[in-house]
Amino acid sequence: MKGERITLAHGAGGRLTQELIRGVFIPTFANEALRRMDDSAVICAEGTRLALTTDAYVVRPLRFPGGDIGRLAICGTINDLAMVGGRPLGVSASFIIEEGFPVQELERFLSSMKEAAQEGGVEVVTGDTKVVELGSADGLYITTAGVGIVPPGVHISSVAARPGDLVIVSGPMGDHEAAVLLARGEFPLQGAIASDCAPLNSLVEAMLATGSTIRTLRDPTRGGLATSLWEIAQASRVGLIIDEAMVPIRREVKALCDLLGFDPFYMASEGRLVAFVPQADAYKVLEAMQGHPLGSGAAVIGRVVAEHPGEVLLRTAIGGHRLLEPLSGEQMPRIC
Amino acid sequence: MTSTWGSLMSRQVDIAQRLIKGIAEAATTPMRIMEVCGTHTVAIFRAGIRSLMPQGVELISGPGCPVCVTPIAEIDQAIILSGREGVILATFGDLMRVPGTKSSLQQEKGRGCAVQVVLSPLEAVKLAEANPERAVVFHAVGFETTAPAIAAAVKEAKRRRLANFYLLSSLRLIPPPLRALLASKEVKIDGLILPGHVSVIIGSRPYRFIAEEFGIPGVITGFEPVDILEGISMLFRQKKEGRAAIEIQYRRAVKEEGNSRACALMAEVFEVCDAYWRGLGEIPDSGLRLRDGFSHMDAKDVFNLPLSDGVEPQGCRCGEVLQGRIAPTDCPMFGTRCKPEAPLGACMVSSEGSCAAYYRYGGRG
Repeated sequence: MKGERITLAHGAGGRLTQELIRGVFIPTFANEALRRMDDSAVICAEGTRLALTTDAYVVRPLRFPGGDIGRLAICGTINDLAMVGGRPLGVSASFIIEEGFPVQELERFLSSMKEAAQEGGVEVVTGDTKVVELGSADGLYITTAGVGIVPPGVHISSVAARPGDLVIVSGPMGDHEAAVLLARGEFPLQGAIASDCAPLNSLVEAMLATGSTIRTLRDPTRGGLATSLWEIAQASRVGLIIDEAMVPIRREVKALCDLLGFDPFYMASEGRLVAFVPQADAYKVLEAMQGHPLGSGAAVIGRVVAEHPGEVLLRTAIGGHRLLEPLSGEQMPRIC
Repeated sequence: MTSTWGSLMSRQVDIAQRLIKGIAEAATTPMRIMEVCGTHTVAIFRAGIRSLMPQGVELISGPGCPVCVTPIAEIDQAIILSGREGVILATFGDLMRVPGTKSSLQQEKGRGCAVQVVLSPLEAVKLAEANPERAVVFHAVGFETTAPAIAAAVKEAKRRRLANFYLLSSLRLIPPPLRALLASKEVKIDGLILPGHVSVIIGSRPYRFIAEEFGIPGVITGFEPVDILEGISMLFRQKKEGRAAIEIQYRRAVKEEGNSRACALMAEVFEVCDAYWRGLGEIPDSGLRLRDGFSHMDAKDVFNLPLSDGVEPQGCRCGEVLQGRIAPTDCPMFGTRCKPEAPLGACMVSSEGSCAAYYRYGGRG
């Protein structure tokens, strides 16, 4: 990638982002934990396994139906810990604030963070603040980091999916990105779509409490469900067969996608997870999910196979099939 | 709460299965069907229709991708404008990564050139109003679907007395390249799936020559899986009955006479001109340019833009793909030197491009 420049497409969460990470970041830092590219790194500290994660939030607009940048930041970090089975211990938050930003606004976002942290049973225990000149930072950027404990016997990772496992999602896909797109006001469209932004750790705990094996968890954020499924298929060297008709998508989200020429399989969610569970445990886990407020829309959407490793095959609603590839660059509204 | 695909779609699925069965029964002789429009190529892939077609039914992609048929020379003109002092180049997002001769708008933006992605032409007008000390040039790319909205934006710029709004027109019309393709006889086509959205504007009459002069059936089709399957069925029925006519499957959106207001708006602002199409060459009366009353906004006149040679990149076979002469997977660059992340030609970049659709949904060849 030498000689290239970073473009917006590198930040979209799809193939180009992967290329950037694999081509530039990983070779430099070069360690096993990083190479796994799970939502959190799991590191051993004197017999205890700790989960560690960090994320930056640059969402526009700062506020949208169902949440705001503050809520997003806390939930995002709690969820990254939860995706490796980590129980969150503490979260840090660093703020880059544009000169002139109203304090009252800042306080509202901090309240959202406090509320989200309380929902997730965690506290913001440390942080940092920087102020940058007018014109930088687009108002506010937040970076969070989180540390959690992975209980003994819990081994959840993107390399662990196995043929025979079932694929389960916790609810409708793409609500968050649809809500943010509408809130940007760039399209003359209105809709009753709210972000699904929520802390998923209690849902994960309910799933683990069934005593079932959970092989892999992923929250399908940037790049959407399709990208997450592909990444897991690649990491675990397995094939996936997904049933389009079984993937829950709200009618409003589908309508928005139809209008813009977007594909809901690539739209980010911030309060949903996809789980890979051995067949024997799958329905026990599904029941536990459906009994939890954040999993009431849970559904089995497919299975893991040994064939076509690294590829995700979608069985379409009318009985055809196509490949589900990861996002490449950003989705652009169609012209014609 | 969520309504899953299941409950709404089960009737649709039944209809789809029946149509698929019907097509399989009718496909006793081979049929090469061209889907003209890029959005149809994508919809066909997304629904998995290619995987359901029986042996002998071949679906070929056509030239209906506005970004893909924009000549490299015009991409270069947009790039030149973006680098000019005091100019903001406003463009649809789909054009950002299209390779010009030396660079792309996205790369130029990364270097600090003033490129602004807009979602509608009106946004470009507002951009001009908000930046009176700069010239805002909107790169107008699209077919008859987009042209009326662009015409409205041009009128609005005139109404607001904006002295700094300009248009770089790469607008094209759909019927002329179809005539050129059929007349060339280079590609064997037995039936056409005609564009849905273009036809909302122009209706079905402009396509009559396809049936009357060339004896080939055409069906204006919608974009849901059932629409496309019904469109294909209607083509087979015509063939069985030995007819060739232009029919409308997409009845909920398309009228025979089209949308007269939209057409009037287009005619008020634009006049037809000859235009160069990537892959198809120069086609007479196939483009749109600003009429005299609006020509002071024509970027090509005002900015003294050179027209580069517009040489295709080495090995790129976009032209043949656009004509339907080869499938994207036949191109040796497909999936190797030409991928969405590093495209050689526009067909791999555009969201309506055939190569991008084949790559994204059909595997890597």
